[in-house]
Amino acid sequence: MKNFGKYLKKALAVTLVLLVLCGVVYPLLLTAAGQVIFPKQANGSIVKVNDKAAGSEVVGQEFEGNQYFHGRISSVNYNTYTKEEKESGEYAGVSSGSFNYAPSSKDLEKRVEEDVKAFKERYKEVTGEEFKGEIPADMLTASGSGLDPHISPEAAKVQLPIVAAASGLSEEEVQNIVDNNTEKKVFGIFGEEKVNVLECNIDIAEAMNEI
Amino acid sequence: MLQIVLTLAIFMILVIPMGTYMYHIATKQKTFADKIFNPLDNTIYKICHIGREGMNWKQYALHLLTTNAVMVFIGYLVLRLQGILFANPNGIEAMEPTLSFNTIISFMTNTNLQHYSGESGLSYLSQMLVIIFMMFVSAASGYAACMAFCRGLAGKQKDVGNFYEDMVRITTRILIPVSFIAGLLLIWQGVPQTLEANQTVQTIEGQFQDLAMGPVASLESIKHLGTNGGGFFGANSTTPFENPTIISNLIELFSMMVLPGACVITFGKMTMKRKKQENKKVLFGNQGRTIFAAMSILFIVGLIVCFTSEMAGNPALEQAGLNQDMGSMEGKEVRFGIAQSALFTTTTTSFTTGTVNNMHDTLTPLGGMVPMLHMMLNCVFGGKGVGLMNMIMYVILAVFLCGLMIGRTPEYLGKKIEGKEMKLVALVLIVHPLLILGFSALAVMTGAGQAGITNEGFHGLSQVLYEYASSAANNGSGFEGLADNSYFWNITTGLAMFFGRYIAIVAQLAIAGSMLAKRKVNETVGTLRTDNVIFIAILVAVVYIFAALTFFPALALGPIAEHLTLWMP
Repeated sequence: MKNFGKYLKKALAVTLVLLVLCGVVYPLLLTAAGQVIFPKQANGSIVKVNDKAAGSEVVGQEFEGNQYFHGRISSVNYNTYTKEEKESGEYAGVSSGSFNYAPSSKDLEKRVEEDVKAFKERYKEVTGEEFKGEIPADMLTASGSGLDPHISPEAAKVQLPIVAAASGLSEEEVQNIVDNNTEKKVFGIFGEEKVNVLECNIDIAEAMNEI
Repeated sequence: MLQIVLTLAIFMILVIPMGTYMYHIATKQKTFADKIFNPLDNTIYKICHIGREGMNWKQYALHLLTTNAVMVFIGYLVLRLQGILFANPNGIEAMEPTLSFNTIISFMTNTNLQHYSGESGLSYLSQMLVIIFMMFVSAASGYAACMAFCRGLAGKQKDVGNFYEDMVRITTRILIPVSFIAGLLLIWQGVPQTLEANQTVQTIEGQFQDLAMGPVASLESIKHLGTNGGGFFGANSTTPFENPTIISNLIELFSMMVLPGACVITFGKMTMKRKKQENKKVLFGNQGRTIFAAMSILFIVGLIVCFTSEMAGNPALEQAGLNQDMGSMEGKEVRFGIAQSALFTTTTTSFTTGTVNNMHDTLTPLGGMVPMLHMMLNCVFGGKGVGLMNMIMYVILAVFLCGLMIGRTPEYLGKKIEGKEMKLVALVLIVHPLLILGFSALAVMTGAGQAGITNEGFHGLSQVLYEYASSAANNGSGFEGLADNSYFWNITTGLAMFFGRYIAIVAQLAIAGSMLAKRKVNETVGTLRTDNVIFIAILVAVVYIFAALTFFPALALGPIAEHLTLWMP
């Protein structure tokens, strides 16, 4: 047992040195480097509208108006809330995640069925026409993080007539906005083609002179 | 498909130089960076009074356990006191005792199972002093054990090395510099790195949105590089602030793959014959190549199953009126799609990292079975260092079985495999399934266990199996629907992680020590070769047969049954 004291002393010394090195020096150095070299990204890639922070380029947002594109389904409502919801405690604080329904879950099936129905009704109400065509999978499934900033170009195409009708912009104008905010695959190979919902909607709001 | 193939090709290009560099570090040969790191390391040795003398396996194991125990103690204190300490701009309170116990075991054992949510459960101080710190040292401990094990098997020196020296060298020469560079790249892609509090913005529709911030990038890079996997936020690498783009996704993929892969190359080089060692052009070393090939086969089989299953989509949703051409998108992110999600899922569970870029609970049944199976095998590259050691257990088992069949004393790397080694190998190979299946049985039998299950039917069993497989394999991903922050789940998974890690490491070091003490036998025509294609096939077969014998009944009741009900209602 004499040895044990010696072991403990060495273990403690190494622990403390590594604690300072890995737990303090490293993160602080990286913070300094990040803040100096990439100040925008290091602080959350904030998007400003009229000099006021309106969101982040990389994080999705909840949209309700028909003149805007709607993002994917979020189990945390994109951490978006109204004053009343915060005061009543309905918004419980910042979070992330998914519903975690099993693929065989009846709740999942029910949610999708209801959302499909609701979408078709909304489509008819705003455009005055019956929805014909297929709803792409990403549009009515929940994202993993609940904060997905993107939809697929197919999902944008399906929503386009609603957005055009409700915003008063022509379909070409809206299509242009979508094209401007579509990111291609990296090197044409990696990832997927995707549309940034927040940036599209800011452009739409600008075109409508709402902001 | 093309993007998956290219991603794996880039991995092969990265892993070979990294393996060579790691080999030079493990064997204390000259490297290009010595001028910077030698003075730094020497200062650390001086401060800590590290003598750098060689240790036998028992001393090595004891030093490892003592150091880990001290780290656990300090980390536990920080978690319990985080509410009154500094660097807590979001006003987080102290963590509850069983949850702290679970969290600290989880991070010390390189598991990173998280029963808390980072946004609301940890202060920035805890994120740095507990989480980031443990991510470095648990990875370094696994690597150190692995290098001691390799030295024992290679038998070129009398001892297995010095534990503290291994810890310090890997941390200063690989983990910190690579994490720093990867961290900077992640910031460039949009991962925040700040000590400011969370931000609230006003949306263009007049609502408010909270954006969770913090020193995310510094955690993110070591999380993958050290095959740790615990996220800064609850939803881990699916959250845009942890993994904003496809490029950040690739950086994270490569960081988690490169070191476990490099360990195999290091092993190959360490066990090469002396004559061949002088030839610098050798990339792998014969024995390393066998193991790398066997691991790759297991990996690719799993990847294909996962990808095809996810691509096929969910027939129940097709029925509900949702087109499934894109594949099963519930719980996945648009920017990653099916290809990068399936690749990430298979990688994170093969290399036992545990980070997720999509929610595993919502994977299709067979797509979700692949990650589960790879954690049950626990040797498809595996976590930093320990995956290689587990694979060698299967190698020894394979050699032993072949020895029985051809009626000769089994040998590996010129040493006889005898009763003592086989008993230890059997111990390692049995403890793992025992922890998974034993605790799963306990959970489904007791009310406290069942209370956590949130999906009914076969998927409920999958949730339980996955949680314990992830704990015992020190992976840390989860079927996150499981309501696992309860006394029962915190304590049982804590125990599974603890025994899953330390019983294996101590037994494996004992094997290395015992092999080291043996006399070398000369290779003859009758010796079973362990460096040819036949042996690769035998090894893969042994792994699959072993898994089928132990886990097939459980898998049949979980994911396979769910698959059948979904596709053949």
